[in-house]
Amino acid sequence: MLDIIISIFLILGAGFALVGSIGLLRLPDFYTRLHGPTKATTLGLGALLIASMIYFSSRGEVSLHELLVTLFLFMTAPVSAHLLAKAALHLRIRSEVDLPKDEQSKP
Amino acid sequence: MLANAILIAMALIILALVLNIWRVVIGPDITDRILALDTLYINAIALLVLLGIHMTSAAYFEAALLIAMIGFIGTTALCKYLLRGDIIE
Repeated sequence: MLDIIISIFLILGAGFALVGSIGLLRLPDFYTRLHGPTKATTLGLGALLIASMIYFSSRGEVSLHELLVTLFLFMTAPVSAHLLAKAALHLRIRSEVDLPKDEQSKP
Repeated sequence: MLANAILIAMALIILALVLNIWRVVIGPDITDRILALDTLYINAIALLVLLGIHMTSAAYFEAALLIAMIGFIGTTALCKYLLRGDIIE
């Protein structure tokens, strides 16, 4: 029973990571490409870490140090995505639609 | 059952890594390459977690935590360099 739950979480997580990477490869411009990895891949890694937590907790003592990796990633993924978007706006990377004005790079 | 699931998940993650490296190679702009490297380290953490389950060893989590920290610092440093032309002002 526990094996089935762990397997479902494993396949779900790996599938989400793959979907995020396909999005990174296929979407048309940088600002849409930013969506795929920063959401889908982080969610996939969260599911994999839940599976690992269940697996190691089922073998005896409760194992919670996967929570550290999960918390750290869920805190840092939005920060790095925000920094990347700011850098792309600063460099005026090509976009499919008109970009908003960059307030910081005024002379 | 579990062993097969781990193998399938590893195959999916390795395919994701190949797609990320492809984006690093073709990426038209520098920010695309940074984003692809960011995704690459997240997928590497996923592969390490899968290896930890496969080999039933808890030693892989320290490596995963270290890669998470150093990858985030690397992405932040590259973005700060693009934004300001300097990393530590």
